[in-house]
Order: sequence, then structure tokens, then C-alpha cells
Amino acid sequence: MDVVWFLVLSAFIFVIGAAGVLTRRNPLVVLLCLELMLNAGNLALVAFARMHGGHAGQVFALIVMVIAACEVVIGLGIIVAMYRNRLPIDVDEMSELRG
Amino acid sequence: MSATSYGWLILAFPLAGTLLIGFGWLRPGGLPARLPGWIASGAILGAFLSSIGALIKLEDRPEDARSLVDSAWTYASTGDFKVDLAILVDPLSVFMCLVVSGVSFLIHVYSVAYMGGDRGYTRYFAYLNYFVFSMLLLVLAANFVLLIVGWAFVGAASYLLISYWYRRETATSAGIKAFVINVIGDVGLVVAAFLVFDKTGALDYAGVFGQADSAFGHNDGTLVAACLLILVGAFAKSAQLPLHTWLPDAMEGPTPVSALIHAATMVTAGVYLIARMHPLFEQAPTAADVSAIIGTATLVFAATVALAVTDLKRTIAYSTISQIGYMVLGVSVFAYASGMFHLMTHAFFKALLFMGAGSVISAMGGIQDMDRMGGFRKAMPFTFAAFLCGALALAAFPFTSGFFSKDEILAFTLERGGWYVALAIAGYVGAALTAFYAFRMVFRVFWGPPVQEARELEQGHLAHHPPANPATGEAEDSDVGFPAEEHHIAEREWPMRAAMGPLAVLALLAGFAQVPGVTDAIEKFLEPTFADSHFHESAPSDSSEWVGLVIGGLISIGGIAAAYFAYVRRRGVTLQLRDRFGRVHAFLVNKWYFDELFEAVFVRPVATAGGFGRAVIETRFVQDFLVGGAVGIVRVGTGIARSIQTGYLRAYALLLLFGVALLALYFLLASS
Repeated sequence: MDVVWFLVLSAFIFVIGAAGVLTRRNPLVVLLCLELMLNAGNLALVAFARMHGGHAGQVFALIVMVIAACEVVIGLGIIVAMYRNRLPIDVDEMSELRG
Repeated sequence: MSATSYGWLILAFPLAGTLLIGFGWLRPGGLPARLPGWIASGAILGAFLSSIGALIKLEDRPEDARSLVDSAWTYASTGDFKVDLAILVDPLSVFMCLVVSGVSFLIHVYSVAYMGGDRGYTRYFAYLNYFVFSMLLLVLAANFVLLIVGWAFVGAASYLLISYWYRRETATSAGIKAFVINVIGDVGLVVAAFLVFDKTGALDYAGVFGQADSAFGHNDGTLVAACLLILVGAFAKSAQLPLHTWLPDAMEGPTPVSALIHAATMVTAGVYLIARMHPLFEQAPTAADVSAIIGTATLVFAATVALAVTDLKRTIAYSTISQIGYMVLGVSVFAYASGMFHLMTHAFFKALLFMGAGSVISAMGGIQDMDRMGGFRKAMPFTFAAFLCGALALAAFPFTSGFFSKDEILAFTLERGGWYVALAIAGYVGAALTAFYAFRMVFRVFWGPPVQEARELEQGHLAHHPPANPATGEAEDSDVGFPAEEHHIAEREWPMRAAMGPLAVLALLAGFAQVPGVTDAIEKFLEPTFADSHFHESAPSDSSEWVGLVIGGLISIGGIAAAYFAYVRRRGVTLQLRDRFGRVHAFLVNKWYFDELFEAVFVRPVATAGGFGRAVIETRFVQDFLVGGAVGIVRVGTGIARSIQTGYLRAYALLLLFGVALLALYFLLASS
């Protein structure tokens, strides 16, 4: 199969993820969408790796998964902390860093 | 010991004295009373004896080998050029050392008693020794660098001593004025040294003067400029027109300081400088003529002011300016020996006059105004006799010291012929005025009905007035920084009499060192220094000098007689004159409005420009435009940066996305 199909699918997933990050206000959904973007990148890496016949891309994809797992752990930790402090579960309410 | 070893000793004694006194003060409890004074006097006596040693060693040598240079170490050395810390021992410098250290010694002794009760006694003598050290360094320097060092040291010492009573505002501002004018002179001297170095490549006297004829043409433009700049230095230090205004104000210092620095030694440094630089001035006669004219103008100007001023010390100060005018005239018409001779006799009689004035002022309880004095003849016979000797010498009464020295200068000027005759005539006019104002002081202070202070002193009481500033009448206390009350001791203490006695004798008799046709000790002694002078042979004959002496003597007697008439026989005639010629009197009392002129020409424009700068340049341009502009740019920039920082996570993510998308687009376009 041509690599272009994989890349088009990857681009679709990436854009869906990016749109989710930009539009949704629930941090849980934002995290999910981030995962989507990461996995779109993974898909492109694996597709290129297969095209070139090397292993570097596959290894990168594995590393990205590990990083994504770590990120999700931290992100969920923050969300739990927000919940415990009875803070609103809404990213737009968390705007205290405004300059 | 060689002559140069004595030269180093001359410098070492006062330096050791000032260090000993200065650090001795740090001892817990300070130094015992009067000890600093005696240490200081001993140091100067050591310098004086060393000068005599140098004189004897120099006399032992053949006449053409009496100029000795000795170097302690090298300051700076580049290529062929080097500057040494070197002293020059030759007849001129030894002569100056003798005069400076001799007169200084007597004034130190006088100060031991006169300053006795002052709270700053130790500080005073540390300064005084420092001054003598600086002056001797100036005189002994063998190159321009060391000369400038000594020159600046002397200015600093003068500043310290004028503002010695530092809680008196008039004294501190007088000190600042003196220092500023002296620095103007320093700058002139430094630039002159640079010009000379630029042309000759040397800074030591031997190197520069050896090339004076070869490196410069006759009246060469650069040389004339250098000589005029040297004159700026000399005139600032010697209080010649128009840089004289600091000297009358310098009378704010203690009276012995006036006697030492502002009469006998420091102010004659300019005369010494011109004499020392004579190979340059003979090659640039235009500069020498300028100097002669200014000297003459100064001597007449200062003599007229001395007629009208009523402050005793300021009268003597103007007399000093006038007498230095004679010396400057003398060395500028190349009558070096006569100029130096007058320098010496003037040091004697002027120091004496100041000491006498100090004695009178202390008897008056600090009052300096001659209008309130009178009749001290019986109350203070010793001061009267000494003051009279000084006044006779100042008035050039026949056979006193001033008679021989002043009239020799004028005879020399007459001998030059041409327009120099006009200078000589002006000098004789000045001589008549000098005789008049000298005896104006004598008659007003010592003749007439005794004032209350004099009557009290005859009874054995010292006058006491509440301490006050003699210039402004402001009330003072007698703590440190102000004069002590106890220093009002008149002539009762022996150190004061011991200092005035020898000077009175010298003022009367020193003239016999050089009587035309009889003795010529000074001229013969100084001859090796001035042997290369082109005017060596043009000295007036003995007979023409005697003609000058007779004229001078008659003028002097005439001036004294006029003063006697005006102040003793017909008291009040001067008051009538003052009423008749009120404007002339005001002109003289205000010192020809020189201070006002400087105020209008220099001070006020600078102050106005400063005010303009502060109001417009600083406030509007620097503060509002430059600083305010920078602040404004930063403020606007941060405003923009702040508006991006919304705090909304999604907005950041959008910006990030757009940014990455733009970058990707750019690379895509660039690569295709």
C-alpha cells in the first residue's frame, strides 16, 4: 500500500486531535485529544519506517508511547488534584497566569 | 657631603617634620602642647642649615661647575626619553632655598606663640611643614615634571592653610577661590611643558635649555605660546593681573600664613619660574614684553587699591601684589639678579609687616579694620619699631633694603631705553604710591589718639571682644575650626619678638648686599645661573644706577611726607578728598571692580548656561526624551507582550499550532 494513505489518515487524526484540544473545555477530553495527536505522529513515524525499511521510526514510536504514558499520568494527577480541591474542571477557568 | 646631598637633606627635613607631626597626632592624647610647633621649627631650621651647607659646597666649586643634578630614581623611561626624580642644585635654587627656609623658620617660631591657644595647633604645623616641603620641591626640581608636582603641592598647601579655620564660611570660600585660580595656572604650566616637550623632546631643564636656541627660532610662534602659558602659571601663583583676585581673599588664613605663603614665599614662585625659564624667555622676547607690561600694570593697580582699602591685612596683601609686580617687571626685562634681590628683600620686610600686623590685630582682639585702630605707638613699642622698619623698607626709604632692590630694577628698565622708559616711569609712580600707603598704615595704626584697646594695653590689659568674623561680623565660638580666643597675645611672648627682631634688622640692612659700585654679592653669586643670558652685558653702569637710586629716594621721601601731611598734620584731609572724589574712592575700595567683572564675565554666564542646561537639556532632553522615550518603548512593547499572555490554555495551543504551521509552510515553500 502506498505510504500516502497512511499519511493522509495520520493527518486526519492529527487535525481531529488538534481541533479537540482547541475547542473542548474539559481537561479530560483535552488530554484524550492530545493522545490522538501523538498517535497520529506515531502512525506517520511507523509508516515512514516501513517505507524506508529501517527500524529507527519504530523505535521512535515506542519512545513516544512511553512519553505519552508519562504525560497522561501527570495530566490525570493534575486533574485529580483539581477535583480534590473542588476547583472547576474547566481549562478556561484556570487562567491565573494571565499577564 | 656633596652639594646635592645637602639638596636632598633640604627636602628631607620638612617632609620628616610633616610626617612626624601628622602621625604624632594619632598618638593617644595627641602631642604635648607646643611640641608640634617646636618640631616644625626644628625641621625648617634643619632645612635652612642644609641650604647653608649646599651654599658652602657650591662656593667651593669653580664657577662653571656650579650646576649639579642628582637623580634619586627614574620615574618613566621610554626609548631615549626618561624622567627622573632629580633635583637641580645651582646658585638660583640654593638662593631660593635660603630665602624660603630662612624666612619660614622665623615665621614658624612666630607661629609657635601666635597660634598657641588654637585648637588645631598640630594640624596647623603639619600643614605648614608640608607647605615648606612643597615649596622647596618646586625650587629644587630639575625637570618640568617635578616642577609641576611641587607647583601643585604648593597650591594644595595654600588651600589647606587659607581654609585652616574651616568653620568660617568666608575662609573656606576663599580657599576654594585660591585653589581654582591656582589650578588655572597649573593647566597653563602643564600645557606649556607639553609644547616644550613636543619641540625639544626633553623635559629636564638641561635638555630643554640646551636646545632653546637650536629647536626654536627667534620669537618662534610655538615658543611664544609656551612662554605665555608659563606666564599663566606664574601669574596665577604670583597674583598678577588678571589672576590676582584670590590673594586678598587669602587673608582669611591665620596671619603667619599670610606672612609665609602669601607674602614671602609661595607668591614669589612665579618670579622664580620666569627667572628659571630665562633661556626660553630670551628666545621669545614678545612673551617677556607681555610679562613686563602686565607686571607694571599690576604694580600700579595694586598700589592704587592699597591706598583705599581699610582692612590692615588686605592693604598689605595689595602691597604684596604690587611688589611682585616689580619683581615680574625685573625678571621680564632680564634684570634677573635685581628681581631675585627684590624677592629676597621683599620676603624680609613683607613677612615683618605681616607679623607686625598680626601683633596689632591680636591687640585689637581680632579686629582688622584700620578705621578702628590708632595710637598703638606707646602700647606696643616693639611692634611699632619692627613695623616701622618694614614700612621704611617697603617705602624704599634711602639705604633700607627695598631702596636698593626696587630702584635697581627700575634703573635696569630705564637702561633698556625705548618704550621701556614708560614702564620705568610707571614704576616710579607706583613707588610714590607705595611710600604713601606704607606710611598710611603706620600713621593710622600707631599715630593719633590711642583707641580704647591701646589705652587698655598700656595698662597691661588685653582687649577682649566676643569672637567674630572680621570680614562679616558674624558671631563665632573659639572651638576647633575657629580662631582661639587665647591667641590674642599681642607681642608679649618671646618667640614673636625673636622672629620679628632679625627680620627688622634684615629689612633695614639686607640692601647692603648689593650697593651699586660697592658690593654685588647677590649678582656675583647668581652669575653662573644667568651666565648664558644675552643681556648679561647690558646692565646699567654704576653711575646711572645711582641716578636711579637718588630719584627713587626722593620719590620715597616725598611719598612719606605726603602721608605725614595727610594723616598726621592735617587729619581729615583724606576724608574731604574722599567726599570730593566719591566715585574714585568707590572704584578703588571695590578693587577696580575686578571681582564684579569676573562675576559678570565668567561666573554669571556659566551659571546661566548651567541653569539653561538643567531646565532644558537635562529635564526636557535627557529626562523626558531619552529616558522617558526608552521607558515608553519598553512600556508599549510589554503591553503587546502582556496582551498575548491571556492565561487561556487553548489560546496558547492555538498560537503554538499556528506558529508551527507557519514554520512548516515556510520550509515547504523554501525547499520547493
